[in-house]
Amino acid sequence: MTRKPFILQSPSILVVLAVLAVFTVAVTVLSHAYGSGVIPTSTVKVFGMTLCLALAAVAMDLVWGYLGILSLGQMAFFALGGYMIGQWLMYARTESIVAVQLAQSPIPPTALELQEAVANQIFGVVGSADLPLVWSFAHSLPLQMLLVVVVPGLLALVFGWLAFRSRVNGVYLSILTQAMTLALALWLFQNDSGFRGNNGLSGLQNLPGLEGVDQATLSVWFLWASAAALGVFYLLAAWVVSGKFGSVIRAIRDDETRVRFLGYPVEGFKLVVFTLAAMITAVAGALYYPQAGIINPAELMPIASIYLAVWVAIGGRGRLYGAVIGAVVVSLLSSWFTGGRAPDLNLGVYVVNWVDWWQVALGLSFVLVTLFAPKGIAGIFDRLAGVMPPSRRGLDLGADQGALQEQEAKA
Amino acid sequence: MTRFRLLACALALILPIPALANPALQAVVDGNIDQIERPSRLTVGPLVAEIAATGPEGLALLQAWAGRDLSLTDDGRLLIAGDPPLDAVTGDLAPGAEGSALRPNSGVRGVIESALVTGLLSDPDPARRASALDTLARGGTFEQLQALRGALDDPDPALAARKARLERLLTIQVGEDNAARVNAINDLAGDVGLDFRAALNPLLATRTVAAPEPPDGANVARELTPGGDDLPRDAALAQLVQQDLLQPPLTRDGLRGVLAQHIVDGKVGGIPVADLSSPDARDRAYEALEAAGTVPPAATDAEAEAALEANRFFQLYAETDPAVTDAAAAAQTRAQVRLAAMTTIDLGLDALSLASIYFLAAIGLAVTFGVMRVINMAHGEFIMMGAYTGYTVQTLIADRTLSLIVALPLAFAMTFVAGVVLYRLVIRHLAHRPLETLLATFGVSIALQQLAKNIFGTQARPLTSPAWLEGSITVNDVIGVSSIRVAIFVLALMFLGLFLFIMKRTRLGLEVRAVTQNPGMAASMGINPDRIAMLTFGLGSGIAGIAGIAIGLFAQVTSELGQGYIVQSFMTVVVGGVGNIWGTLAGATLIGGLSKVIESLNPANTLAAQTFMILFIIIFIQFRPRGIIPQRGRAAEA
Repeated sequence: MTRKPFILQSPSILVVLAVLAVFTVAVTVLSHAYGSGVIPTSTVKVFGMTLCLALAAVAMDLVWGYLGILSLGQMAFFALGGYMIGQWLMYARTESIVAVQLAQSPIPPTALELQEAVANQIFGVVGSADLPLVWSFAHSLPLQMLLVVVVPGLLALVFGWLAFRSRVNGVYLSILTQAMTLALALWLFQNDSGFRGNNGLSGLQNLPGLEGVDQATLSVWFLWASAAALGVFYLLAAWVVSGKFGSVIRAIRDDETRVRFLGYPVEGFKLVVFTLAAMITAVAGALYYPQAGIINPAELMPIASIYLAVWVAIGGRGRLYGAVIGAVVVSLLSSWFTGGRAPDLNLGVYVVNWVDWWQVALGLSFVLVTLFAPKGIAGIFDRLAGVMPPSRRGLDLGADQGALQEQEAKA
Repeated sequence: MTRFRLLACALALILPIPALANPALQAVVDGNIDQIERPSRLTVGPLVAEIAATGPEGLALLQAWAGRDLSLTDDGRLLIAGDPPLDAVTGDLAPGAEGSALRPNSGVRGVIESALVTGLLSDPDPARRASALDTLARGGTFEQLQALRGALDDPDPALAARKARLERLLTIQVGEDNAARVNAINDLAGDVGLDFRAALNPLLATRTVAAPEPPDGANVARELTPGGDDLPRDAALAQLVQQDLLQPPLTRDGLRGVLAQHIVDGKVGGIPVADLSSPDARDRAYEALEAAGTVPPAATDAEAEAALEANRFFQLYAETDPAVTDAAAAAQTRAQVRLAAMTTIDLGLDALSLASIYFLAAIGLAVTFGVMRVINMAHGEFIMMGAYTGYTVQTLIADRTLSLIVALPLAFAMTFVAGVVLYRLVIRHLAHRPLETLLATFGVSIALQQLAKNIFGTQARPLTSPAWLEGSITVNDVIGVSSIRVAIFVLALMFLGLFLFIMKRTRLGLEVRAVTQNPGMAASMGINPDRIAMLTFGLGSGIAGIAGIAIGLFAQVTSELGQGYIVQSFMTVVVGGVGNIWGTLAGATLIGGLSKVIESLNPANTLAAQTFMILFIIIFIQFRPRGIIPQRGRAAEA
């Protein structure tokens, strides 16, 4: 029997790619740099960053929606990717500035002097003048781009191997991933860890070597890059979950012990998906932070990763497009409501100022989604498409315990 | 002020005939009125001594002078402030007289006070004897030491002890001969008081000297090897340069500066400027300049090496007698050993108080996790709710003690109700889905946090402890623990006891243990697992509220208060193992102790301590995946 190509197995893949393409073209046409200028540059950047967050959400969905690991440390990989690319951005830009300065002096600088001046410029703010060992490759773009996937990948591999090997799962694993990102954040907060402490890396929006290109153009380029990355990795993720491999990881999610008894190396499967997701998240981060312009350890605090989980849950776990929808809708809504542009809601007795009350509304609506719509927004599409699970007494419990229905689970 | 007024009155009583003048004092004052008006710290000493020697009137004058109670009239009389003022020289009352106040600077007052000390050591007023001792403790002369020895007897035993100790300390500093000083050092050896250690430090102060042979008559502490840990090669070279035993070697910056001064036609020493971006080219250019005689030769590496060979490096004591320094070094070693032991005890106390906080914060979490297998992410917000309850009660009830007594049960009740509501509305409907519960309670957590911000604002609110909880219990200069932390420790012990009682001795505890072990079996025995879960959840949340008050007492109350403790609480539960209060206790002790130990190894960097702590836990889980005290039996399978 021949299988359909995975891309045709579900219309959702093509629909998502088409929507992404249309969106990108539309923003480009309406941007300052390449079109009418209806959309301001800052909004183009927000769109670009949102696409990166959507990519991170896709990776989160792989880990949580398909593999069943609620990782509360996903943003650690996101920020690590940002730090890795940020090292080159900051080093190369400082180097070009310092080189111009030193060229004024009567004697041309040696390579060592140039490096010391750069280090002094970058690390003066944390009271150091030496280039830390972790910056050894910062001069080279290809090496740092390699590190963008290698460092988070290695971290995920080592952490995952330690955790999965000792059969830590469920809530324990979630707490452990949270501890991991907290440990990393606290380490980065130190001045002597070599990443400028709580100052973080800044000035990342200026690309070295592209000084002549204005931010309006750059923002569109980054939008294209983010959209391309989202498209490519969406396809990759869809491919991963489509075939036998996808069946196995869904089975691990639903009943790990059973899969192990069937002879599958559960730890290996988990490790592959966990590491792959970490790398995808890191790429998203590497594209996100040059658009944001600054990265600091606060980005790694556990709360950020939990928000990622919230987006995926609201969008719909176990559906890749659900993750994309969740990330885009919730993050855009959040920035709209907390940005102070949302009109106040006058209840007569009390005027609801959304800057103050959005968090409350988000928290409560999140509880409601978990309680009443475990499939999230994606559940609506399922319903429209008529994809309904066979009725097996009681409510559907969502992707996590997909094998069980409410009545069965209570037993 | 009042003190000096009293003194003036006392003085008036002591002097039976007020008009009796003190001619010696009169002479001194008349002869030095300029210096009294504008004294200088460096030159006022002899004058002060002269005035002190004139008798009680002189001392009274000095008292007033040091206390800024002395004023000078236009006709050159000195007045001691009072109502009415007193003529300082004659002791007469001088009603209506007015003068400009003399305000000697602190240096001058120091000189005057040290001159007064001798007289004050036997003063009838204990407060003034104590202040004289305070002055002496800052340093004294041999004369003062002798005065102190003459006044060792004191009716107040505490002051007598202070005098005896101060006598020993002063003997170490300014004793008559070295034998006496060594004796004094040996008497106090092993003491860990800050004052004793401060007295030893100047004796053991050293300076580094480079010389071919040990200097004659010098008290050598030890010889240093250049290149070792104590004397890096660069420091040794700097020492040689400082003693003119070596030409300063040329630094890279210096080299560049010299080269920049000798650019001729775009070349330095025949080498084009553009080529000077390599260190080799720069060296060649400098050598060329050296050969041409335009620059002085710089020390080469070989010369530096030779100078290092030719010289030895010694650490010399400033104190010349080896007997004194040996005794001091031995005493310091003993002090350090005892100090280390006491620091360990202090660390233990710190760790214990941290552990009790973690215990209070984690115990509710552990119990709910044991019974229902759910992690309540809103637990931190319950802690915050408790702290804000305490704050609100405090704004309503002014009396701190009473408000604390009201706040503790109220916080428990508030968070108990909040916990039960959360259970009924959310957690019950997510049975058997721990990850969803985790996320749903996280939603509650962010909503509650923002709600607290909206109600109480973003700035930190103080939760002030009653007066009897302020201050600290201090054993000596090293060991000390603040009363609040002791109170929290007691509170944690009380809750441990209460919890053990409920679990082991009540029907509710029995049912909770049954549901923890096997909910299905418990249900078939007629226990309602739903009700038990609800009560446990309420109980756990209630204790979080109590923990909130405890934490609020020493930290500021903010909406993020709970967030700071939630991860540590999770860690405590994970490390300790679930469903067993002893596990929580062990986890809290381990985490509290370990964070304090790691912190003490690197006190400057608490962030690193927390990082290592979490790394340790991740590794610990490798070996004990179910915690220190794991659940056994069927319940462990779930």
